[in-house]
Amino acid sequence: MAGYRSISFDAIIVGGGGAGMRAALQLAQSGHKTAVISKVFPTRSHTVSAQGGITCAIASADPDDDWRWHMYDTVKGSDYIGDQDAIEYMCSEGPQAVFELDHMGLPFSRTENGRIYQRPFGGQSKDFGKGGQAARTCAAADRTGHALLHALYQGNLKNNAVFLNEWYAVDLVKNQDGAVVGVIAICIEDGETVFIQAKATVFATGGAGRIYASTTNALINTGDGIGMAMRAGYPMQDMEMWQFHPTGIYGAGTLVTEGCRGEGGYLINKDGERFMERYAPNAKDLAGRDVVARSMVLEILEGRGCGENGDHVKLKLDHLGEEVLNAKLPGILELSRTFAHVDPVKEPIPVVPTCHYMMGGIPTNVHGQALTQNSAGQDEIIPGLFAVGEVACVSVHGANRLGGNSLLDLVVFGRAAGKHIEEMLSQGIEQRQVSQSDVEAASERLERLNESTSGESVPALRAELQQVMQNHFGVFRKGDFMQEGVKKLESIRERLGNLYLEDKSATFNTARIEALELQNLFEVAEATAIAAEGRTESRGAHARDDYRERDDENWLCHSLYFPIDKKLGRREVNFSPKTVDTFEPMVRTY
Amino acid sequence: MLVSIYRYNPETDSKPSMQEFEVALPEGKDLMVLDVLALVKEQDSSVAYRRSCREGVCGSDGMNINGTNGLACITPLSAVGGSANKLVLRPLPGLPVIRDLVVDMSIFYQQFEKVKPYLINNTPAPAIERLQSPEDRAKLDGLYECILCACCSTNCPSFWWNPDKFIGPAGLLQAYRFLADSRDTATADRLADLDDPFSVFRCRGIMNCVAVCPKGLNPTRAIGHIRSMLISQGT
Amino acid sequence: MDMVTSATSLSRSGLSDWIIQRFSALILAAYSLCILASFLTTPEMGYAEWRALFDSNLMRIFSIFTLFALCGHAWVGMWTVGTDYLTERQLGGGATAIRLVYQAICVLLIAVYLLWGISIFWGS
Repeated sequence: MAGYRSISFDAIIVGGGGAGMRAALQLAQSGHKTAVISKVFPTRSHTVSAQGGITCAIASADPDDDWRWHMYDTVKGSDYIGDQDAIEYMCSEGPQAVFELDHMGLPFSRTENGRIYQRPFGGQSKDFGKGGQAARTCAAADRTGHALLHALYQGNLKNNAVFLNEWYAVDLVKNQDGAVVGVIAICIEDGETVFIQAKATVFATGGAGRIYASTTNALINTGDGIGMAMRAGYPMQDMEMWQFHPTGIYGAGTLVTEGCRGEGGYLINKDGERFMERYAPNAKDLAGRDVVARSMVLEILEGRGCGENGDHVKLKLDHLGEEVLNAKLPGILELSRTFAHVDPVKEPIPVVPTCHYMMGGIPTNVHGQALTQNSAGQDEIIPGLFAVGEVACVSVHGANRLGGNSLLDLVVFGRAAGKHIEEMLSQGIEQRQVSQSDVEAASERLERLNESTSGESVPALRAELQQVMQNHFGVFRKGDFMQEGVKKLESIRERLGNLYLEDKSATFNTARIEALELQNLFEVAEATAIAAEGRTESRGAHARDDYRERDDENWLCHSLYFPIDKKLGRREVNFSPKTVDTFEPMVRTY
Repeated sequence: MLVSIYRYNPETDSKPSMQEFEVALPEGKDLMVLDVLALVKEQDSSVAYRRSCREGVCGSDGMNINGTNGLACITPLSAVGGSANKLVLRPLPGLPVIRDLVVDMSIFYQQFEKVKPYLINNTPAPAIERLQSPEDRAKLDGLYECILCACCSTNCPSFWWNPDKFIGPAGLLQAYRFLADSRDTATADRLADLDDPFSVFRCRGIMNCVAVCPKGLNPTRAIGHIRSMLISQGT
Repeated sequence: MDMVTSATSLSRSGLSDWIIQRFSALILAAYSLCILASFLTTPEMGYAEWRALFDSNLMRIFSIFTLFALCGHAWVGMWTVGTDYLTERQLGGGATAIRLVYQAICVLLIAVYLLWGISIFWGS
């Protein structure tokens, strides 16, 4: 079984989305032997679905814009559990990273004076919240993610980066010293399983929105990196923090960008009332996403929802006029016509808060180095493992991510990790020792699945898992109800151990991949459930009916979920930015 | 509903065949073809196809649906042509089949790479972005949106005959995307690379590409622009 | 790329081939119109009238010119057809030989027609 062929690289990047390709680009330029392992052709990664833009203080819309204002917004948006050193790094390095994207060819929309077009997004302000709404989100129409992902792929082609496309990473290989030495991966096309050895393994595997029944996420967002890291025994941070995007298309889950509201669209209830004026008198529809999503659910719960079942609200855009919509939001017109059967030029789009983004993930420092915690509660670097992008929790988003900050997170920290690894490799480190039994240990899950002869069906169990998460860990949460959810998950775990892979063929076997993905989804779901149940307060996206207030005394910290003993611990939030004063926690209103 | 799917697994099949599935559709919902495929896969997990975003922006699930190339995820059953009560799914034509609906797209990607699909500008980059007027930026509309799904190129007879030499509509659309970019300075080199009898000039203006592009793009027009640029450069 | 890629195209440049084909098509169209016009303007077109038409040097030069255009047009077209259908992808291993024979026949035919045409117009 473990007679796998082995391939060796200086660095491997698991995941070919925005973060992975930005890291890969950095390493390809440095000339180190690097490969991107991606389960899909890179431009099929979920970054492609990002719409509204990349938020960054490039001072185009407002020549006086300041990255510190962006930092203030982000800290506030995070409900004060974003790490301020990381946010400082992201906001200050951001402009350079964005300009590089332009130089790479990203077709940003433009202003009259030829600069990058910036649109208003939720939670943005000038002058530390005192100067009114800012317009800070750099956009390529409403296809910024697509434009960004393709520009990065193009940049990688230009620099002759190596891609192992349609390869699926199964599990991490650790050596006897506890260092990460690479991954076991399957070449999907011919089914060969290979041990890919590397001095640095970078996880850029993205999110896991598919733990919920209704999500804006691609079908491939199955938390593979989280699953692999947890099976390797590493802790996860802030897994209870899931962003529900206010505007997923009702019924389909497809994302409708916040840029719609940035351009002047607004939400209405069944009476046609612009209800956000009541919940957020100043920012209105451009309050933080958590605030808007909760307000929408309250409208629905209080009987002011639209439609036969009163179970959604509507996003009104028609007042903006066809010309503006065609120029600024062409993709939304397409999606709405296809998935909602509604033409936004004439009618409002039915929308509902939909699972969108995982704020939590593998804890890392600003270099992307993955962290664990020792018995004394101190951070320890996991040798050989890095994480960037949505799978990582560096943490710049804390309890609630601001719109447009995810694309910035990808490029800034993909780049940072790439730079750090480049430097590390230049100092000349050797491949770490690895034994046959280390590789065998990592291949155990795959072998078990390959040898299964009967048991549970993947689609049925997946649907059940998604329903449990949807019902028990949604926008509003409650202790007893979550405990019930945790119990249901326990029974799913038992059945998951008995997963049956009927099709054992080697060539492009998507059934095998889906089974492996389901096991990852489960790990994410369980971490989410236990962390959500454990955090006894309401903060950012985590809103509890039984603990309605933010509890800074006990919970102004990260949660840290340890998968081996299934315990929830805590980790300090960083309040020590290097060049600016600390932003002290305040009451968060919009 | 009856769904007929092209099946081929090189490990067990000496040649491909069509397999029929009876799928129960939910009442009152106009499913997308991809949703139907998911229902088929619940019956038979061995049916292989690619999919990712399920909203028409990633380009994974290009396939031949009742005789027409399209994306399964944004093709509703109500819009499927041909015989009303039968859905016939085949892999994209003209490319080698790996398994079932999964084709080997290597040659398609090679043609894409041939056009140097990246911005080339050897002047030192400014401290900010390279400026570009909204008018110049507008020239990229209808070009940069390509999702590389290959629906167009695999619907093009010229690409069927010479997939190794004719770049094909998708690659040429990208070639023009960079020719048209005011920030790119490699126009002359790019044009020189295209001036052989195959790369561009195998386009016969059949416009099959335009007919099937799921993003509503127009590669034929882009190819026309490339030809015009070659002519004005050559004279 | 095999040896026939551009070596046997008329000009080795797709653009030139393309221009040759379009330009020659214009000449052919103009010539056809010219002949058509002469039929329309000559109520009774008999041998004498026909002969008289081609007695003018202008018409002879135009005809020769058109003949060359026709040959160029035919070669580009036939070469293109051959490289579309007579390839290894379509026919397998022997395709290159088959295509070379086909191209040789085309060249021969075109050359014969060209010489024959010249001798008709200029021979008497």
